Amino acid sequence: MSVPAIAAVAPDSAPSGKPELDDAQFLRVERLTKRFGEIAAVDDVTISIHKGEIFALLGSSGCGKSTLLRMLAGFEAPTAGSIYLDGQEISGLRPYERPINMMFQSYALFPHLNVWENVAFGLKRHRQPRNQIAAQVDRMLTLVQLKPFALRKPHQLSGGQQQRVALARSLALEPRLLLLDEPLGALDRKLREQTQFELHSIIKKVGVTCVLVTHDQEEAMTMADRIAVMSAGRLVQVGAPREIYETPTSRFVADFIGTVNLFNGVLVEDEVDHCVIESPVGRFFVGHGITGVKGQRLSVALRPEKIEIGTQPPARTDVNCLQGDVVESAYFGATSLYRVALRDGSRLQVSVPNAERHGQVITVGTQVYASCTPDALVVLVN
Amino acid sequence: MSDTASVAGRLESAPKEGRSLLLRWLPGGWGRKSVIGIPYLFLLLFFSLPFFVVLKISVSETEGVHFKDLFDFADGTLTLRLKLANYIFLGTDPIYLDTYISSIRFAAITTVICLFIGYPFAYFMSRARPTLRPVLVMLVSLPFWTSYLLRIYAWKGLLDDHGVFNNLLLWLHLIDDPIKMMYTPFSMTIGMVYTYLPFMILPLYGILVKADPSLLEAAGNLGATPWKAFWLITVPLSKAGIVAGSMLVFIPTVGEYVIPELLGGPQTLMIARVLWDEFFNNVDWPMASAVAVSMVGLILLPLVLFNHYQRDTRLR
Repeated sequence: MSVPAIAAVAPDSAPSGKPELDDAQFLRVERLTKRFGEIAAVDDVTISIHKGEIFALLGSSGCGKSTLLRMLAGFEAPTAGSIYLDGQEISGLRPYERPINMMFQSYALFPHLNVWENVAFGLKRHRQPRNQIAAQVDRMLTLVQLKPFALRKPHQLSGGQQQRVALARSLALEPRLLLLDEPLGALDRKLREQTQFELHSIIKKVGVTCVLVTHDQEEAMTMADRIAVMSAGRLVQVGAPREIYETPTSRFVADFIGTVNLFNGVLVEDEVDHCVIESPVGRFFVGHGITGVKGQRLSVALRPEKIEIGTQPPARTDVNCLQGDVVESAYFGATSLYRVALRDGSRLQVSVPNAERHGQVITVGTQVYASCTPDALVVLVN
Repeated sequence: MSDTASVAGRLESAPKEGRSLLLRWLPGGWGRKSVIGIPYLFLLLFFSLPFFVVLKISVSETEGVHFKDLFDFADGTLTLRLKLANYIFLGTDPIYLDTYISSIRFAAITTVICLFIGYPFAYFMSRARPTLRPVLVMLVSLPFWTSYLLRIYAWKGLLDDHGVFNNLLLWLHLIDDPIKMMYTPFSMTIGMVYTYLPFMILPLYGILVKADPSLLEAAGNLGATPWKAFWLITVPLSKAGIVAGSMLVFIPTVGEYVIPELLGGPQTLMIARVLWDEFFNNVDWPMASAVAVSMVGLILLPLVLFNHYQRDTRLR
């Protein structure tokens, strides 16, 4: 993109004379807090977001993710803390002074303007020459493949097309930061899967730094380079999708992302390369050490797809093995799900890929051995 | 096999055919037609018929206190006699033309003032706390609870030479002699604005309260100042309310009689007063009818424009 950057900088704020900061701190949110009366919607949040990164705020409704996003856009004033964009403090700027554009959950397309005028809206506000506006709108509509629809009004477009207009409009000003509020929330499931990848590739092509808010973990995982899981206004864990899923640091994250079997237990042995946990369902040998005290109460997390199940005891001896009875089974096509009643009455969820067309079928009531490697287990201290 | 299939097909389609036969008998459905028909019937009985009677009188020749028939059938010839003298007189005597123009001018001024007061009024109502909004709507319509005549009379007490305002100004020594406010265009315009303001506020409020706040946020996000966002988003999207409110104020004020009669003076020429004079002082019914017909035409024009515009917005 060779169009001059249209940075909406407040007339009274001098351009920052600082040398360009480290790209790892392109967007820096520092101890940001927002209170509505007694309730802290966002509670002392600190994040650094890299230049060009797609960063997802993931959490259930009411966790503060939208409030955080609205503070970045300038629609809510923080109670405390600051926001730096490229080294420049922006928390005091009005929304229209920030070089940040947002795609709204409802798209917020102007119903009385056509697609072309919607995309040109921001460019006109920044007093660009007429031919530059036309060229930029043209480029944006080409990017989202909506050129033939330029003269349509928003209500004459499908949901997916409206979403692309909203994207084109928020990218037209070449913002330094793009905010996406539940970008796929208004689309139906089938369209969502397809759009997910399209949206990701457009954002990466443009190279804009992006913060997106979602309650859908699948959306966060496919779209984002890093995910921050939020709960009650705080960041619970920040990391790459794989990290969040495979090595959750808390019961909350393990439970929130995907399905998980959680066992309470007591630490009985703790070495550098392994630890042993005694639980009501048996003893777990975990393939990583923790820095804990013997006798400490903690949890063990085990993903359903990391368990092998069979009617015979496992041949290997270096695995953890639990015995129980199948009480429920469900066939999903690609996978089958079994619920196994363990010796203390708790249920173990096991997901088995249906690799063979006529593979083994385990019926309800069968006694089974569920086994997992030491590496499959994750110890959660909190 | 194919036989049974076709039989089944016929059996299935039989009730459909039955229904379509019924629909052919009662096209569009009688229930729907009669419901839509009620207001049409009302308009036919209480607007169209009286209007045609007045129209007929306006082109009739008088014979004492009777009106001659328009149609005359004699010697195998049907003659239609239309007396257009009244209309020609309307066009030639400047008093009528001046009055029409004056009526439209006062109505337009009233409409513009109502819009300027009513828009911010409706805007702040629509931005008030949701729990407060019904109270505000009730307050706007509260004046309707007392008689309209009484409220117009009340303005007399306020604007009179020895009324509340003049006494207050005299008491404050801001003026030495009372200001002449009653029986002027000023007092009449105040009365009309005061009376018709709710008709401007309520439709505007109805539109503005439904406005999507995220549109304004989106405009701000794209670099529009709040003032720009108001002009580029809020105002265009409330156009339907502006048009509806303006029509609701303009149309009745053109033909307003009571307010000019009570608060107006010699400078406030209004068509309804001329109409009253023709009917009851001059007892020239054909002339009065001609004035009335012209007035209806005058009011019908904006109404037609309004309807046309509404159809446009619906298509949009």
